[in-house]
Amino acid sequence: MLEVISLTCTRGGAAVLENVSFKVAAGQALILRGPNGIGKTTLLRTLAGLQPSQSGVVDYPEDEGAYASHADGIKTALTVTENLRFWADVHGAPLPDDILETFDLSDLRDRLGGTLSAGQKRRLGLARLGVIGRKVLFLDEPTVSLDRFSVKLFADWLQNTHLAAGGVAVIATHIDLGLDAPELDLTPFKAADDAGGGSDEAFL
Amino acid sequence: MIALLLRDLRLAIRAGGGFGLGLAFFLIVVVLVPFGVGPETELLSRIAPGILWVASLLAALLSLDRIFALDYEDGSLALLATSPLPLEGAAMVKALAHWITTGLPLTLAAPALGFLLSLAPEAYAYLLISLLIGTPALSMIGTFGAALTVGLRRGGLLLSLLVLPLYVPTLIFGAEAVRRGADGLDPTGALMLMAGITAGSFALLPFATAAVLRINLR
Repeated sequence: MLEVISLTCTRGGAAVLENVSFKVAAGQALILRGPNGIGKTTLLRTLAGLQPSQSGVVDYPEDEGAYASHADGIKTALTVTENLRFWADVHGAPLPDDILETFDLSDLRDRLGGTLSAGQKRRLGLARLGVIGRKVLFLDEPTVSLDRFSVKLFADWLQNTHLAAGGVAVIATHIDLGLDAPELDLTPFKAADDAGGGSDEAFL
Repeated sequence: MIALLLRDLRLAIRAGGGFGLGLAFFLIVVVLVPFGVGPETELLSRIAPGILWVASLLAALLSLDRIFALDYEDGSLALLATSPLPLEGAAMVKALAHWITTGLPLTLAAPALGFLLSLAPEAYAYLLISLLIGTPALSMIGTFGAALTVGLRRGGLLLSLLVLPLYVPTLIFGAEAVRRGADGLDPTGALMLMAGITAGSFALLPFATAAVLRINLR
């Protein structure tokens, strides 16, 4: 489903990760590990197509990738339902009836985004993933500011709904999600300091 | 695309500022000018086309930096970029939403304010038509400028510097059309040139805007 072959990604013109290769089969998740600054976010943004790679191949079905980071894209002046409905409409997908229950948002459905707590916002941001119907998810620290119960809620959705339906997820996280998924430590892929010979990408 | 348009309009109404700000600014400028210039209706009616056009241009400028900045800050822009909606379409919709929240109200309010500046009676129709044709170009050019400065903090000043020179042709032809209308001359030429600017900016700038957004999202 997702195949990455000797990918080199850059940040600010300098290579941060070199020759990253992995495969994720349908219904599988991959956990990215590595210390702060190793390039987990850069890798995920490159995979999602938000920034170009220096070299290498990223292969997954077109128009199936979705990216989620700590910025949830929640509009403070819209209600929880309106926020979700917007993303469903943009992706041309129907709004699943049970999505609010799945992420424990039923009681909040008519609350404005601006009045939610950090954890509730995070749950709403993750619920977006259940709405847009994309198969390949790139998740950057999805569990930040979630309590233990919500982490379980999210892991259950990921395992029983997304992965069970043949989806794929690449997750950068520092905690144990309780998923049965292989881990990839990014430390060995760290680029040498002079790698890439000083690209001028930062100036382009 | 319609979903994005409806969302932007809903946000503009709910968050306040969007709809009212430009209009209030326009009103204030136009109301203040007679106090500054003095009570000579002859002079006022001669400068009215220019004042009305400059005021609507500045009013449109006022809300430009909100077009992409809010979506950039809360991450929606990155999510939109990975959605099936082409960024070119998103850019056009953003410009359209900006026009509906600023250009359209300005156009509709302008005749009433022309009265305050004792605009010549023959010019009202041309004022309405020129604003209707010209303000979409202001929104589209402004959207491009907003995309250029989206990642910058306090990009407002740079945005004005970038966008104002690009507004000059629209301003010249717009004010000229109204002035010719007031003098009883044929304003068709000026209106056609302005329509050309609007059509051209809507044809080309969505692509430029999308390209710039992709770079700024890196």
